[in-house]
This record gives sequence, C-alpha cells and structure tokens, in this order.
Amino acid sequence: MTWGRISLVACVVLLALAPLALSPFRLGLLAKYLCFAIVAVGIALAWGRGGMLTLGQGVFFGLGGYAMAMYLKLEEAGPGGLPDFMVWSGVEELPALWKPFGNPVFALAAVVLVPGLVAFLLGLLVFRQRVRGAYFAILSQALAAAFVILLIGQQGLTGGTNGMTNFSRFFGLDLTDPNGQRAVYAITALLLGAMFLVAKLLVRSRFGRLLVAVRDGEDRVRFLGYDPAVVKTVTFTVSAVMAGLAGALFVPVVGIISPALLGIVPSLELLVGVAVGGRFVLAGAIAGAIAVNYAKTLFSEDFAEGWLYLQGGLFVLVLVFAPKGLAGVVDSLRHRWSSRGRTAPTPVEVAA
Amino acid sequence: MRSRTLSRGLLVLLLPALLATACVDEPGGGAGAAGDEIKVGLLHSLSGTMAISEVTVRDAELLAVEEINAKGGVLGKKVVPVTEDGASDWPTFAEKAQKLISQDRVATVFGGWTSASRKAMLPVFERNKALLWYPVQYEGLESSPYIFYTGATTNQQIVPALDYLASQGKKKMFLVGSDYVFPRTANKIIKAYAAAKGIEVLGEEYTPLGHTEYSTLVNKIADAGPDAVFNTLNGDSNVAFFKQLRGSGITPQTTPVVSVSVAEEEVKGIGPENVAGHLVAWNYYQTTTTPANDAFVKAFKAKYGADKVTSDPMEAGYNAVYLWAEAVKKAGTTEVEAVRKAAGGITIEAPEGTTTIDGDNQHVAKTARIGLVQADGQIKEVWSSPGPIEPDPYLKGYDWAGGLG
Repeated sequence: MTWGRISLVACVVLLALAPLALSPFRLGLLAKYLCFAIVAVGIALAWGRGGMLTLGQGVFFGLGGYAMAMYLKLEEAGPGGLPDFMVWSGVEELPALWKPFGNPVFALAAVVLVPGLVAFLLGLLVFRQRVRGAYFAILSQALAAAFVILLIGQQGLTGGTNGMTNFSRFFGLDLTDPNGQRAVYAITALLLGAMFLVAKLLVRSRFGRLLVAVRDGEDRVRFLGYDPAVVKTVTFTVSAVMAGLAGALFVPVVGIISPALLGIVPSLELLVGVAVGGRFVLAGAIAGAIAVNYAKTLFSEDFAEGWLYLQGGLFVLVLVFAPKGLAGVVDSLRHRWSSRGRTAPTPVEVAA
Repeated sequence: MRSRTLSRGLLVLLLPALLATACVDEPGGGAGAAGDEIKVGLLHSLSGTMAISEVTVRDAELLAVEEINAKGGVLGKKVVPVTEDGASDWPTFAEKAQKLISQDRVATVFGGWTSASRKAMLPVFERNKALLWYPVQYEGLESSPYIFYTGATTNQQIVPALDYLASQGKKKMFLVGSDYVFPRTANKIIKAYAAAKGIEVLGEEYTPLGHTEYSTLVNKIADAGPDAVFNTLNGDSNVAFFKQLRGSGITPQTTPVVSVSVAEEEVKGIGPENVAGHLVAWNYYQTTTTPANDAFVKAFKAKYGADKVTSDPMEAGYNAVYLWAEAVKKAGTTEVEAVRKAAGGITIEAPEGTTTIDGDNQHVAKTARIGLVQADGQIKEVWSSPGPIEPDPYLKGYDWAGGLG
C-alpha cells in the first residue's frame, strides 16, 4: 500500500460516507460538483495532457444534458403527452426530432454518441488542418456561442431561454425523495470514479505518452511517423464524451438544463476549475473543479452582494502565484520538505 | 514517484473532508419562526444581466420589511430578510430557493423576475410545499398552489392594452418581441384577440435577448405601415429599438408603440426623449395618485436617494411583503398551508389602489392603467379600468381565447 493508494481509498470512503453526513440539499450540491469534476477529467486530458485549450466544453455538456432531458420530459408527459414547455410555446404535436428520445436506450446512446460525434467531426476538420493553440480555442468558444443562440431560438423544440425543468423521475428513481437523490448521487460518484480510471489508464498507456509527445513537439511526432491529428481527435472525443455524460447526470442532480449552463462563461468556469486544481494532474483537476464550485456556493451564500469579486480574486491569486495550480503547490512544498533530495519531477510525469 | 502521490492524494482528500465538515446542517428553527424572529428569503439577481431590474425590486421588498418591523413586526416577531443572489441564471435560482427553504428554513420567499427564473423555482417550491411570492407581470397560463402572483396576468395588462388600442380605432398591428416565453405567449394571445376583433396583424418579429441591431426591423415596420406596434422586447434591446425607430422618422403620432416591459426604470435607461409620446401598459406608475403611493415614493426616495424612481414591479414586490404579513396575521402562524388558506380575500390599500388576493388562483385583482411616456421620464396615466380587474390567468372569461391554455 503506497500513500497514494491509501489517500485514494480514503477519498472513496469519504464520498461513500457523504450521504450519511450531509443533508439532502448539501448532498445534491456535492453531486453537482462531482458532475463538474467529471467534465474536469476530460479537460485535464485534452488541455493538460494534449495541450488543446478547449473553451467549448459547455457544448458537449449541453448535448448530453439535453439528450437526457428530452427523454425525461417525454417520460414525464406520458404516452401521447407533450412536454409542458411545448404547450406554452404553442407546439401542437411532438416534433420529429423528439420522437426517438422516448426510448431510454436511444436517449442513453445519444448522451454518449452525439457529443462524441460532434467532437470527432470537429477534431478531424480542425486538427487535420493543423489548427492549434489560440485558433482552436477561439473556434471552440465560437461553437459554444453559436450553440446557445441555436437553443434559445428554437423555443418550441428546446424550451428556449427557460431550458427544461421539473423532472420528478429518473429511470424509476423518485427525484423528490431523499433516497432517490442519494441514489443519483451514488451514480454520479461512481461515474466520476470510472472516468478517473479511464483517464488514468489512457494517460499511462503508450497512447498517453504519445499524446504528451504531440503536445510538446507535434512536428517531431509527425516525423516519427505518427499522425498527431488522430491522437488529438481521439483525445478530444473522449473528453467530449465525458462532458456529455456529466451533462446527462446534471439533469437529475440539479433538476434543470438551460442554455445558461452551456455558453462561453460556464465553459470558461469549467476551465478555471481545472487550472486552479492543476491541469497536469488528474486528481488535481478533480479537486480544483470541486473546490472552485464549492467556493462559489460558499461565497455567494455568505456575501450575496459582492461574491463575484471574491471568486474572481481567488482565480487571480491562484493563477498568478501558482501557474501549475494547487497540485503544483503541493508538489513543490513536498520537494522542499523531502529529505531524499530527488530531482524535481516534470509536471507531466504520471502519478498514481 | 510514490511520495509525490501522497501529496496529491492528500489534496484530493482535503476537499471532501472540508465539504463534510463545512456542510453539516446548521440547526434551524421551525418554519422560519425561531424564537422572536421570522426569516424570509429575498431571491433576486444581484449580478448578471437582470441585476439592473431586480435589485430595485429587492430594495422595495427590503423597504416593506423595514416598515413592518418599525410597526412591531408580524405576530410580535421581527421579520429578518435573508438575501440570496439568483445571478441571472435560472439553475442558480432553483438552487438558492432550495437553500433558503432547507438551510435557512425561511417562512416564505419573495423573488424572481423573468419567467425562466419562475419556471426554474416552481418545482422546488411545489416539492418542498414552500411559498414563493412572484412580483412581475407575466404571460399567465400558470397557477401553482405554492406561488402567489402579485404582478399582472394577461387579462390585467395585455388585454386592456388591446382594448384601448381598439377603442382608438387601430386596425393594423405589428408585433415585436424578445425571443423567450413571455413575448411568444403574449403574442399568441394578441393574435387570438386580433382574429376575433377584426384587427390585422401585419408582422410578428422576434430578436434574441440583448439584441441591439434594429434597423432591419424598423424598416419592416415602416414598409408594413401599421397603426400601432405592440412591443414585448425586454431589457437593453428597448434602448436600441426606440433610438432606431425615432431615427427612421416613425413618430408616436402616426404609429404609437405600446410596451409592456418598459417602466420608469427602463425609460431612464432608454432616454426619455426617445420614448416620449409612446404608450405603456401597467397597473401602477410613480405618478399614480393614491395616499399610499405618496407615502411609498417618499419612503423609497428617503431610503435610496432622491433620484430614484419607482415602478410597477417594485410596487408589486413591496405589496407582496404586506400581503404575506396580513395573511400571516390572519392565520396566526407562518405555517404555509395555514397562510395559503388565510390569504384568499386579503385586501390592502396599496400604492396602486385596492389590491385583493384571489384565493382560487393566488393572483391579485389589479386596476389596469395605460400610460403615456412624458419628456421628463415620468409616465402619465391616460386611461384606467373602472376598478380592479379580477385575475384570469387562463383567460377562461374570454370566448376568443379558447384553446390558448
């Protein structure tokens, strides 16, 4: 048993005990933070490992969330019924796009495949053209902006600005009941664990090393006979699927999905969480996402009037004084104290 | 390698631990009435795009709480406001509503502005069987047992505005709105009305919230040549729309614009010179002449500054606090079901005049008022309904409105 393993086990135990220690409301918030942590794992892969600064993860989060919300809304409306917002918007019959989402298997497949496919196609187009750095970032950001405009404009189809809300059931779980909420929390925590493991395996594999190589010297990798576009597209797709899954769980956890969650600002917030935690370390990215969102709750509850300044100040402080995030701080502290006096590791080295 | 994992592990370990220790429930009182205090929640956007409108409503609600406390509170207890920021973000509204209910155990919540924020909060209040007072005119077609609506529903604002236009002999209308649920639903109602009354709708155009480029739309209006424009644009868009309308030479004399989301606060932002002469439809203006209004305007200016204006949504928020206090007094408790039962028939002399809660649909009876925007930014009433109009959120009393809900 290494220390890393012990602390990992301790984390699992803590997350498992949370339902006993927290009120249903606080547990719901923790589940929401875990949703964002799932997105953070994907960002740590794409950005930390792959150097792809993705400013549009909100799009994939939204695609997954809306696919899930459509199924839940149809479930809520019952056979032949229309979702409530369509009734207000004057839609007379169910649009063709909605029909297949009545099937849970189709909806679950869509949660994974739609974000994955969009990211895959975008990746192929962009990375084949050797678009990188800031240009890729701007492109992904524009995608997020366009996506929000599209959602708002199609009120009868998507619920417009309101989005979709008022879900009471999730695959047989009663979301209004504390036990149902605990079950949803458990699913979220397990999914986060699974995504963490997937990312870990990916990072430790040959592919993971290739990805870092692409980040640090794309042209050299190309001369060695690999195609960096494939490596980047696959990674970007994996990170999008993770965001989509997180979005799908966000719907039963928080009970609403709306364009306000998917635009440029929320996408940036996701990124900031990863930056604060440390984008080179998976565990750091998870911790950062949880910490930043927890801070948001804490600040806004205690200082309703000016909490945004505190939140902003926190980001500035961390990014100025710890460019590698909190994980970087912990690392350097440990090296200062370390009596073994080993050389400082590079941030890309893999830890358990 | 291995010892570095320790530090990372610790880092991940630290946060949930922090969470667990920080989030253990604070002991709360029963139903907002702990000891000699009654907690109430004020949930409005204090940041983001809606803050400019919602902060003023929050201020009016705070004023009402202060006044009630100065007169000895409710049931001999002091009313303590707990403020939360909805941040112009609908999921945040839902989250903060839940927080006020389960963490702070407030007796009731006053909050929201946009229909989107109300729709986000509605399931939270219904599931927790808690009470929300919503202070803004809206699109109707809703009547939640756990929401009291102190703003106008459609038959107290939009329908009277249409009646007024019809009485002025307007036969051709053009509809302009922001792209979200209120304008779309409002226009659905307007079209049903127009079809029944032989009024022609020449066009129906929507722009995204925050849109500021109106030259194309203004040209469309000029080409269509309507008698009147019905405007359901919200927020900043009105500034650009009225400026560009004025620039195109369309005057209030030939083509008056009737707005339902432009009140004193917005007129200030648009610039009175750009809106002067156009019409608005509300239930209250700062210029409304009632004894209660004189006191309200004076108190508001005294507390927040002489340059501040009052407006319909602010007044509806202010009323909500008083209506709730009266219902609690009548019920003798802050317990939600008792307050709901007691609320029907509660009447106050509000700044807008006599205001009565309808116990069946939990809306209030309100006098409709059509106003003319003046060059000084104030609004002059040009027509009002003979008395308060009973709320009819589903327009059941209008034969032309069949099949809308």
